[in-house]
Amino acid sequence: MTEEKNIIEVRDLVKKFGNFIANDHLTFDVKRGEIFGFLGANGAGKTTAMKIMCGLSSPTSGIVRVAGYSVNDNPDAIKKRVGYMSQRFSLYEDLTVEENFRFYGGIYGMTGKKIREKSNVLLGRLDLIPYRKRLIRSLPLGWKQKIAFSVAIIHDPQIVFLDEPTTGVDPLARRQFWELIYSTAAGGITVFVTTHYMDEAEYCERVSIMTEGKIVAIGTPADLKQKYNATSIEAVFLRLARN
Amino acid sequence: MAVQPIIAEDLGKSYGEIKAIGRISFAVEKGEIFGIIGPDGAGKSTLIRILATLLLPGEGRAQVEGLDVVKDYRQIRKLIGYMPGRFSLYHDLSVEENLNFYATIFGTTVSENYDMIRDIYIHLEPFKRRLAGHLSGGMKQKLALSCALVHKPHVLLLDEPTTGVDAVSRIDFWELLKRLQEKEITILVSTPYMDEAARCDRVALIQEGHILNIDRPDSIIQGYDRSLFSATSDNPHQLLYDLRSYDAVESVFPFGDQVHFNSLSETLDAEEIQHFLTEKGHHRVTVKRINPNIEDCFIALMKK
Repeated sequence: MTEEKNIIEVRDLVKKFGNFIANDHLTFDVKRGEIFGFLGANGAGKTTAMKIMCGLSSPTSGIVRVAGYSVNDNPDAIKKRVGYMSQRFSLYEDLTVEENFRFYGGIYGMTGKKIREKSNVLLGRLDLIPYRKRLIRSLPLGWKQKIAFSVAIIHDPQIVFLDEPTTGVDPLARRQFWELIYSTAAGGITVFVTTHYMDEAEYCERVSIMTEGKIVAIGTPADLKQKYNATSIEAVFLRLARN
Repeated sequence: MAVQPIIAEDLGKSYGEIKAIGRISFAVEKGEIFGIIGPDGAGKSTLIRILATLLLPGEGRAQVEGLDVVKDYRQIRKLIGYMPGRFSLYHDLSVEENLNFYATIFGTTVSENYDMIRDIYIHLEPFKRRLAGHLSGGMKQKLALSCALVHKPHVLLLDEPTTGVDAVSRIDFWELLKRLQEKEITILVSTPYMDEAARCDRVALIQEGHILNIDRPDSIIQGYDRSLFSATSDNPHQLLYDLRSYDAVESVFPFGDQVHFNSLSETLDAEEIQHFLTEKGHHRVTVKRINPNIEDCFIALMKK
């Protein structure tokens, strides 16, 4: 495989739960350094596929390679090289900002010194250094999401998975969050993101759209809009999701 | 004059040190779809729980169908349908069993009020023996709405029914609400999705426990007091930074595949900006004056 170019390679991924086919022969690549939007209706199988790519679940059949490792053979090697931010519950509300960084950095085997250095850089970028001793619980949601994102990349992963990171976030903070995504991708970390805000799909370099376990479209937002003769990704999505 | 179905007067609520809603006042007209639009933490759920008589107000008063939410809570509960933010039906009961359960609690039957839920329930009928816990997100939402409607409430209180729901199911859900409106039910619905404001008759934009504005969506848009433009180029990310560096420009934000920027200056024109961006090395530049959407308005109000 061309490890240099693609950070994720998925070939004929199938995942079944009993008789239910959650992922039905998925095949796609994610390029190193890109912002990739993983779109789909509720229940289309996005979370199932993401869990597999993070090394948390195994495919029923097919090949999935992430950061150069197979999810079947080396799930632990993958876990060290990916970051993950869930929609909620990704920070400990009763720990301070600093303690959350220490906890997650510690899990990834980072030294105290390294964690301090790295969290300074990440918090500095958010202008939140003065708040390092504050409990997470006391901070606004928009800040929490930015901190959760920073915590998810403290170990310099090659790719970070973001599961609906902006749901419920105010319109200003939502846009600031995307600027953070841009600057992270510019720094070389691949960003793999799910969202129900179709305007955010337009910010991705490429997107895929899933319905009922299958990828029904993949490409740059501009290409997809052209192909489906639509003025927005929302219009493309509506057409595909309604068949 | 008939009493308005929902009235809040100087309504406030704090949890310890944290003020969830500061003294807010508004009234909802009979038969309206009234939207409470705002991000998480704005106080939407607190407000709805007070109206649903599940939470006592800290300050001020609220009335539903002319009844006081503190004194008359028992009567109010018979007149409202409430759909909480989290799915709160019985996962281990089937679709049908959940519906019968809620009908029984309110002393009625599904068949008696079937006309109320028919439009929604036809989508669920094929799955009526399925356990609620095994339904997809969109189906759970339709079941929850059916359960909230089965006793023919006068007032429907919906707490973020579309959060985390995909774009298609969201559109379907709003169409169901529009059809319910024909049955003369008053609907108060909260959402963090700004684009859903356009589907309401009137909206309250709410942020950190305060109402930024209450009006019809088109009136809110008319009240936008800046010149607004959209721009595109071959380098959308750099476009943000370059526009921010331009003196007459006040704020710049990405909006889908465009960038929106505004100015307090009446005289700023699109051509001037187009020229500036081309000088900065952008290609395929377009700049045009546009009308704001609700999200533009919300951002502008937040910054005041």
